[in-house]
Amino acid sequence: MSFALNGVDVAVSEQEAVAPVKFRAGASFLRRVWEGISIIFASKTAMIGLVIVLFWVFVAVFAPFLTPYTPLEQDWKAPNQGPSARHILGTDELGRDLWSRLIHGARVVLVILPLSGDLWIPGGTAIWGVFAALIVGMTLGLVSGYYGGWLDEVVMRLLDAMMAVPIILLYLIIMAALGASAVNVVIAITIVGTPGIARLVRSLTLDIRTREYIRAAETRGENPWYIMFIEILPNARGPIIVDAMLRVGYAIFAMGTLGFLGLGLPPPSPDWGSMVAKGREFILAGSPWAALWPSVAIASLVVGLNLLADGMREESMRYQ
Amino acid sequence: MEVAEETRGVTVLDVENLTIAYETRKGDVEAVRNASFQVREGETIGLVGESGCGKSTIAFGIVNFLGPNGKIVEGSIRFQGEELVGRSAGALKRIRGDRIAMVYQDPMQALNPSVRLGDQLAEVLTFHQQISRNDAWERSIRMLKRVNMPDPEDVMYRYPHQISGGQQQRIVIAMAMLNNPSLLIMDEPTTALDVTVEAAVLDLIEELKRDFKAASIFITHNLGVVARVSDQLCVMYAGQMVERGAVTDIFRSPHHPYTMGLLASVPRLGESKAESVLHPIRGRVPPPAERPMDECIFAPRCDYETEECRKALPDFVEVGTGHAARCIYAREITSRPHTTKKRSIVKELEPARSESPEGELLNFEDLKIYYPQESQSVVSLFGLGEKRFVKAVDDVSARLSKGRTLGVVGESGCGKSTLVKGIIGLEPVTSGDMEFLGIDIDRPVAEREVNLIKEMQMVFQNPDSTLNPSYSVGKQIARPIRRFKTVPKHQVKDEVVRLLKAVRLDEIYYDRLPRQLSGGEKQRVGIARALASRPDLIICDEPVSALDVSVQAAVINLLLEIQEIYGSSMIFIAHDLSVVRFFSDDIAVMYLGQIVEVGPAEAIYSPPYHPYTEALLSAVPIPDPDAEQKQIRLGGNVPSALNPPSGCRFHTRCPRRKEMLPDDGEICEKEVPPWRTTEHGHRIFCHIPIEKLETVEPVVHSSG
Repeated sequence: MSFALNGVDVAVSEQEAVAPVKFRAGASFLRRVWEGISIIFASKTAMIGLVIVLFWVFVAVFAPFLTPYTPLEQDWKAPNQGPSARHILGTDELGRDLWSRLIHGARVVLVILPLSGDLWIPGGTAIWGVFAALIVGMTLGLVSGYYGGWLDEVVMRLLDAMMAVPIILLYLIIMAALGASAVNVVIAITIVGTPGIARLVRSLTLDIRTREYIRAAETRGENPWYIMFIEILPNARGPIIVDAMLRVGYAIFAMGTLGFLGLGLPPPSPDWGSMVAKGREFILAGSPWAALWPSVAIASLVVGLNLLADGMREESMRYQ
Repeated sequence: MEVAEETRGVTVLDVENLTIAYETRKGDVEAVRNASFQVREGETIGLVGESGCGKSTIAFGIVNFLGPNGKIVEGSIRFQGEELVGRSAGALKRIRGDRIAMVYQDPMQALNPSVRLGDQLAEVLTFHQQISRNDAWERSIRMLKRVNMPDPEDVMYRYPHQISGGQQQRIVIAMAMLNNPSLLIMDEPTTALDVTVEAAVLDLIEELKRDFKAASIFITHNLGVVARVSDQLCVMYAGQMVERGAVTDIFRSPHHPYTMGLLASVPRLGESKAESVLHPIRGRVPPPAERPMDECIFAPRCDYETEECRKALPDFVEVGTGHAARCIYAREITSRPHTTKKRSIVKELEPARSESPEGELLNFEDLKIYYPQESQSVVSLFGLGEKRFVKAVDDVSARLSKGRTLGVVGESGCGKSTLVKGIIGLEPVTSGDMEFLGIDIDRPVAEREVNLIKEMQMVFQNPDSTLNPSYSVGKQIARPIRRFKTVPKHQVKDEVVRLLKAVRLDEIYYDRLPRQLSGGEKQRVGIARALASRPDLIICDEPVSALDVSVQAAVINLLLEIQEIYGSSMIFIAHDLSVVRFFSDDIAVMYLGQIVEVGPAEAIYSPPYHPYTEALLSAVPIPDPDAEQKQIRLGGNVPSALNPPSGCRFHTRCPRRKEMLPDDGEICEKEVPPWRTTEHGHRIFCHIPIEKLETVEPVVHSSG
């Protein structure tokens, strides 16, 4: 069913076209992507957010090339040091380079998901968590919103019950039950994020399903899944994208919290939350650096994502 | 009502060379350019034009409600000799509501939903005049009586949502008149109302105009409405005034091509497709940023356009007393034979239409569609509560022959949309028989066979939501072709282009997104999409009611042409009786879920009438100030479909039963009326015998 997603089917069928009709294949798709991006450039808020986020993505991707140290390398002679020429952000209590640990920590959040041992897949832990929450939440929201009735009641009441549990408690319960690992963090983020996304998508669906193009699809006797995912979902993408960005921020926050409580990635891997937890003991001893830098990292990345999301939301509203 | 220049009253409002612009990212955009007009005491001036022509902007400009990015660039607005441009917000606030009052389109937005109506009315008086609350209360009640509000003392204690839309608009008008304003500005005050309610509100406006002697500005897009209420007329096009003069002069002999085009593009009440043709204006109103400064603004759409028109912005040319048009050919234009040529071309096509019905296509009998109404009580939680039903469609029977068009008319809430949803399978049918091409179709669309589904397609009302904003035009038309496998896969693209051409769109539209199209173009794509499966039956649910008049004509012509070529049958729903009459072969009139009259179109529009049809017809605003129309107004509100009246459902509002039946028509309250039949399958659902109904005078006497 190539009616769906982008300009690809136009390009394919052009070769088969009998009559020599000219079409600008795919041009409209590229133009639309560009229009989406240009929203970011139009807003100062979004641009500031984008710069912050891109900075972290850049250092995370190129982490091995941006520092001579590995995150686990210990320098016994120089523990708890402040910034210096050798260690630009200083060292922690075991003499590990903080800059190296910081950018390798960003890697886990944004760029790679360690599965087991040396096995990893691209896409950070927070990204995968939000992505999985999106898939589950969107499906539940679409089904509830489109079908309505008792199905909607059952799904929404179950999600309400989940939302009634305080988020941090929910994380703790899930992580305590599953054990500390990156994959389990992804599962926890998915479970915690699903109800909110489902609610958002449901409310968007309730609105969109009253439009006449949905009536038109129904009079064609289209399959409900086609209507939900092909006709409704693309028109809900704006708010969903903005919400997903905010949610990546929350997920990073949650990862930090879990790490701090010792429920994040198992040591000695560089995890921002556990770095703060370890460094905390030495703040009063005169070496705040080990706790300071990961805190700044979490805060700046979350603020950056929030700015980006807010800017995009404002800008897209203005064009409506 | 032709009044000579000298005898007209004192000038209340004098607008001169008004130019209003909105600040946007791309710089200032002029929404109104060089508008000048005067309003005198006791006179109503109509501002008429399509959407986006700057009518409302002028009204907002007068009271300076232009919003943060609007501003008056130049010109002057003198109200009772005082200059309003450049006044402080505080000074204007005292004038607004006291000496200038406004009535807007949507009464629900003008009234505060959480304040009692009495308090809202009294506040107008206590705020602007130093009078006590009790006096204000008394005067409000008197004003409510004045606007014919039933039960005024009681209404004062109600909230806005507890009264009907027509009554809300009466409250807003009463509120506007309370301070006895010198100038009343009405911005589309009846557009949101049903036709019978609209007629009653227009009666009221006329009455108040006579009694209060206020000067008023009446803004509307509806030529029929403006013909009824105004004395003077200003025709607006793309931010400019293109013609002004007395209403009768302009309607009798328009001198600007745009005004001529507007009048030629609406069907008169009683005209049909067999005897006349509509003339749309090609193209569309240019957006404010693309309006030329130094040539005639209408030239790109004008049939009379020449080189001369492109040289300079034309000035007003006097063509009669107080009648002027902004066209360099204004004096000679009426003598040019232009429209007659088009008419003859269509006449040649005429014999192709088959007059004889070829056989039955759709037949439904005793169709019922009920919605269960959940009671909110605790008892119903356990399934013990009384089950109630909204009887949206109740015992409706009709048939449609191949190649013909069945028009369905009725006011909002009469069940016409539910009926077609039932036919097409979007709404489950409670009971009744439905046959389409001899096949039983009482199942919902999800359970129907693909071959059946493809024979019934729909054209929708709202151009802004008929197309999915995420996909290009080409893909949306291709989807039904692929789904129903109308043509082999490799020919899909050619088929889409062929369909685009059939709805008069170029193939470059293939890659366009819906938001790049105008309303009329979107509606054409919607029609192409419905045609893609080559259906036998096309259901059109108010396909033109959201379009501007000039575009509306083009879409109607397109639908007629398609019917001509493909021989499709159509069900055509609309609330505009002139359009339905023009388009349909047979017409069914619906009231509160039932068909009350059905038959050939010409029979419906002449006596004998069902009393409801008669009231509907007499309420239609006719774009001809000389036409004489009977005034029959319905009292009361449409009863609830949850608990419809016993016997004849129309008996609570019927104006005829008391005079035409013995015992003041008691039988109507007790017994369901019989179907009375005249010749040609014309049937009326009424207790009044046909002989008596035949004695009724026709509703409209047209002058020409």
